Amino acid sequence: MPDKKKKNPFCFCTHIELRESTGLKARNARELVNIIKDVPGSVIYYHMHVFLQQHQFLSPEPPNAFAYWAAKILGEDVLGEHLGSIDVYQYNTIRALREKIIEVIEGYLFNAKEIRNAPQGKEFDFTKSRTFIMPTPYIAHNLSDMVEALKKITIRSIDFHVFNARLRLERGTNDFSNWIETTLGYPKLAAKLERFDPYTYTLENLRQHIIDIIVNSPEWGIDNAKK
Amino acid sequence: MPKNKTGLPCLKDYIPIVGEDTIEELKLLASRLKGKKIQHINSTRVGGGVAEMLARIVPLMRELGVDIEWDVIEGNADFFSVTKKFHNALHGRPEIITDKDFDVYLETARTYNRTTKINGDIVFVHDPQPIALIQNKKKLKDVKWIWRCHIDVSTPDERVWDFLSAFVEGYDASMFSSPKFTRPLKIPQFLICPAIDPLSDKNKPLSKETIAKVLSKYGIDSKKPIISQVSRYDYLKDPVGVIDAFKLVKRYVDAQLVLIGNSAADDPEGEEVLAQVRERAKDIPDIHILLIEPENNDIEVNALQRASSVIVQKSLKEGFALTVTEALWKEKPVVASAVGGIPLQIKNMYSGLLCHCVEGAALKIRQFLNNPAFAKRMAHNGSMHIKHNFLLTRLIREHMLLALSLGQKGDIITL
Repeated sequence: MPDKKKKNPFCFCTHIELRESTGLKARNARELVNIIKDVPGSVIYYHMHVFLQQHQFLSPEPPNAFAYWAAKILGEDVLGEHLGSIDVYQYNTIRALREKIIEVIEGYLFNAKEIRNAPQGKEFDFTKSRTFIMPTPYIAHNLSDMVEALKKITIRSIDFHVFNARLRLERGTNDFSNWIETTLGYPKLAAKLERFDPYTYTLENLRQHIIDIIVNSPEWGIDNAKK
Repeated sequence: MPKNKTGLPCLKDYIPIVGEDTIEELKLLASRLKGKKIQHINSTRVGGGVAEMLARIVPLMRELGVDIEWDVIEGNADFFSVTKKFHNALHGRPEIITDKDFDVYLETARTYNRTTKINGDIVFVHDPQPIALIQNKKKLKDVKWIWRCHIDVSTPDERVWDFLSAFVEGYDASMFSSPKFTRPLKIPQFLICPAIDPLSDKNKPLSKETIAKVLSKYGIDSKKPIISQVSRYDYLKDPVGVIDAFKLVKRYVDAQLVLIGNSAADDPEGEEVLAQVRERAKDIPDIHILLIEPENNDIEVNALQRASSVIVQKSLKEGFALTVTEALWKEKPVVASAVGGIPLQIKNMYSGLLCHCVEGAALKIRQFLNNPAFAKRMAHNGSMHIKHNFLLTRLIREHMLLALSLGQKGDIITL
């Protein structure tokens, strides 16, 4: 195992987003779903995570941007609630997540008696994000290194390894869990890190929660003894 | 506060506010820009949000090791009168624009195209005044040109927009503060909000004594609730509407209104609006109309904002509205119109209250004044929102990212 750890240390990365307008606008739920069907995955990802990133101090933060717009701008409270309660963590690909969003909106429209338009100037603006991935100086060879780095790294690094890696880069799991299982060989700890819903935490609380799971696990003692 | 040779705060001074990791990230991005020169060009060094922002990001980016300079085009009073009309017309306000106005614009553009030296590999041109600099593109083939539009051009006077868009389409990319401000364009439209400097004289923490001194200087009662608006005396900022809203508040709450304004060097309309404001306020008690020029008076503006119980921004049209950013950063309850970049900063009932008319503004001011715990919660959320999204370090980061992204393809880029 020590050789594997040396060969495959955990390299903390961070990501920064640059937003770009697509020029696409929706006035109502029908237009919203039609555009959602065609836009790049980076647009879906952006609107499902924008509040998590921007309102990281609020807990619970407002739901995703589609839900917020449906409820607060269109006044479609029921649609807003359905969109807001999509369990994003259950989806490993943006394709699958997009299908779920479409299913929710089309299901709502099927039963809707009227379609409300947003007031002029309050249309839904589709935005895409370009993600720039950068290395950080932090590298972990064991759980102790990982916890030390987790205390110091930028909050966007946590965001990258938990949300982006899983959904946008389609790695199927968060990077911490993946490395702990495949490199350190601790499948039970990896499973614990995969089992909670990170979407219900602020990013700062998420940092602390991941640290707590690691340091309170039996593997923490075992790994420290190996050092 | 430690400062560098210029007397301005340096990068390490921002660490207690934004964290060391943020500064390290900026250094990493700056290192990727080695060998590239960045040039910013606008129309004034003093007055208005653009000049204020450039005065801070340029020295900080220089400290990060970025080769950067800031230049200003030359223009005369006639030119600035025309560009002021263009500004209003782009915001959708009716303006009489004559053929002569376009001639005045083009004449000055010919002069500034001759006198402005283009030194950058990446040139950021701010707003419509210097937009014709793109005519230099043909002779400077390796230069990348970015047009930074600080105003809302979503519903413009089509004649003015058609005139300007011929220049805009020549740029390699554009930058807007909000998707709501954009127009259909053939070039990429990046969305980058402006930001404030938390350590500038306008935003840094002040002692109670300093605040009291400023209130006393202007004869403002420190015991009576203060409602304030900080803005140029400009029709689009609706200072007359603020007075009307105050009149409705005053029926129930014994408050005072403080209007704090200046006139930017490129805004010849201010005097006219100020006269109207004085006329509207003349029979209403407890209104203080202050004319505070931008140079060397930032601490006074800061003190007046910090002394306020509620800060208002009742604009009819806005760019991003950095005055709202400043108010939220100071943890003040804010009532502001849902126009321009304001809804990006205030999510109604999360981080402040949005309004759409005089009566609405008055009601929301009263709600804040009569419910201090609610006002405090909104103000705290607002301040945190600014901390995470609208401080200078984020703006510097995105400027560098945009410079790095030119010519890159794909939505996921590894640096």
